[in-house]
Amino acid sequence: MTVPILSTHELKKSYGRGQSRFDALKGVSLEIFAGESVAIVGKSGSGKSTLMHLLALLDRPSSGSVNLNGSDAILLKGRVLNGTRNKTFGFVFQQFFLTGGATVLENVILPLKIAGVGSRERRRRGLAALEQLELVDKAKNKASALSGGQKQRAVIARALVNTPKVIFADEPTGNLDSATGAVVENILFGLNRDRGITLIVVTHDEELAARCDRRIFIRDGLIVASDASPNPPHGAHAARATATSEANAA
Amino acid sequence: MKSLDVISTAIGNTFRSKLRTTLTVIAIFIGAFTLTITSGIGTGVNGYIDTTVAAIGAKDVLTVTKTANAPTTGPTKYDPNTISAGARARPGSTIEAMNSADIATIRAVSGVLSVQPILGVRPSYIEGTAGTKYSITSNGAGTGVKLQLQDGAQPSITSTGYEVALPVSYVKALGLKTDAAAIGSTVRIGITDSAQNMNVVEATVVGVATTSLGGAGDSVTTNPALTQKLYDVQSTGLAGVAKDRFAQATVTFNAAATDKEISQLKDRLAKDGFTAVTVADQIGTFKTVIDVIVLILNAFAVIALVAAGFGIVNTLLMSVQERTREIGLMKAMGMGSGKIFGLFSFEAIFIGFLGSALGAAIGIAVGSGISAALSRTVFSALPGLTLISFNAGSIAGIIAIVMAIAFVAGSLPATRAARQDPIESLRYE
Ligand SMILES: Nc1ncnc2c1ncn2[C@@H]1O[C@H](COP(=O)(O)OP(=O)(O)OP(=O)(O)O)[C@@H](O)[C@H]1O
Ligand SMILES: [Mg+2]
Repeated sequence: MTVPILSTHELKKSYGRGQSRFDALKGVSLEIFAGESVAIVGKSGSGKSTLMHLLALLDRPSSGSVNLNGSDAILLKGRVLNGTRNKTFGFVFQQFFLTGGATVLENVILPLKIAGVGSRERRRRGLAALEQLELVDKAKNKASALSGGQKQRAVIARALVNTPKVIFADEPTGNLDSATGAVVENILFGLNRDRGITLIVVTHDEELAARCDRRIFIRDGLIVASDASPNPPHGAHAARATATSEANAA
Repeated sequence: MKSLDVISTAIGNTFRSKLRTTLTVIAIFIGAFTLTITSGIGTGVNGYIDTTVAAIGAKDVLTVTKTANAPTTGPTKYDPNTISAGARARPGSTIEAMNSADIATIRAVSGVLSVQPILGVRPSYIEGTAGTKYSITSNGAGTGVKLQLQDGAQPSITSTGYEVALPVSYVKALGLKTDAAAIGSTVRIGITDSAQNMNVVEATVVGVATTSLGGAGDSVTTNPALTQKLYDVQSTGLAGVAKDRFAQATVTFNAAATDKEISQLKDRLAKDGFTAVTVADQIGTFKTVIDVIVLILNAFAVIALVAAGFGIVNTLLMSVQERTREIGLMKAMGMGSGKIFGLFSFEAIFIGFLGSALGAAIGIAVGSGISAALSRTVFSALPGLTLISFNAGSIAGIIAIVMAIAFVAGSLPATRAARQDPIESLRYE
């Protein structure tokens, strides 16, 4: 049996204390296997981003556990945790978080710089990533001078420059018009298909969710439903992706 | 992130908000500039004093006077046995005169190698080949006392010939063409005896002395043989007791004596009723005054720097605020808190470095300019005085202090950045 790249067990997260205490996640168990594309779907405030932050090891659960490759991530601390995040995850957010004053290339190579990769190697890999996203001609431009679609492509280049195992995308197309959004979606699914990068997409866009191998529906901090595409686009992964959280949802 | 990348990124970030950085750098610049100039004045003046110490007296010499039993307040009672304190004391002050018995007492004190009374000689005039008489004061050359010479040699302590060193201002007046030409020429010194008869003593010029602060000034320096001769001439007609009066005496001691041994020697002399001061004591008073003035000036400069430090705090807090998202993103991407702290605190240090290096460089340029201009005009009578001079150590010290202040100032915003929660910063507004 394959070990899921990420799994959670009875994950709970509450904010605040006493009267103002708010339970954002109330016990979420799920498994995500390498190479899958999974959509986390739910209404605003349902706890999607909270879940994503816990999966990305950016936050600690109040109780329950997140397991990375089968081992409890709570054991990862400090330098090791930072290194793991740096090497394993790539991030694409609804807002671009590009440094406007810096060049596109400088923005893209940031994860490599953090990883301590030498400057020549950084440049080479940064340009290769930009090449893939057809942005090489913009490498030396200021990031602030890019269009919205170009910015999101630069963000994707940054997410994949360090060859991550998992890309987290929180509302990746939320800020884009539908045509540009489609381009960005194609790129993300292309990476999932061609390179086997696990894709975890947080969205309330039905169409985007429908393109994923699997969807996990969240309401008020609980998984309410979970389904796999009847006609999965990348069947190989979907076969392994039998929804594991249906039991919880029921 | 590699340390080198942290540094280069921090430097890059410094130039992101140019106006803000420039303003902060100006604030630091003002402080560093002031500190450079004030410490330059300290270095310059104290350096000048040090180089002129040799002109005032040697290190192994004590100037000894009789301890006066002056009341602490109110006017001093008249004592027929007092004598004008001489050139080096406060004008108008008197001290009790010493006689040969006192000299013998001093000689008997352990640690005293030799004693020489300083004879008060008051010549009336000096006359050269030009024939015009100029009024003059004289100083006896003592053991180890080194004049700053323009030309020639120190008046010989041991020679029995009458030797004199002229202040440079007298050379032309006495009809001597050049400093070099003055050496070896004969001058005539007029001096009156107790019966007001004018006597003339001839002496050979052996040296031409530079005018210097605290040194010989505008007086001629006579060697012991000449001093004794002038004193004898001056005292002609005086009875034994009246002749046997000195304001002070010079004591030599072991040149290798430690500060402790010197102070023990002073204590022994004090027990016998003598006050002894070293050259260092005399110079020390000067230096203390200058050090205090420089310290006060430095304090103002440091206040300016502390104010500038708040400027750094402000600047960096603003950039931490502005870069909240970027910091969050970097942390999400696995950048450690320590590196984030390093990024901001190095930015502060770099701003400090920019301001202080600029302040020091321009301070040196301006200070040297002012000092050179003053030396040519106001202080032209004091050759060798560079009012403001700089040494590499203190400049490096200033830059280091400013960078340290900048680091301290930067640590607050840097800590704030390092503590930032990545999720808070990434949360959409
Ligand atoms: N730091 C916090 N303190 C208190 N409550 C919080 C905090 N972060 C999130 N919450 C609450 O937790 C709940 C889930 O938030 P979350 O951001 O996960 O929602 P979401 O599903 O991503 O919504 P959206 O689609 O609007 O982004 C919300 O009700 C939110 O108000
Ligand atoms: Mg959200």
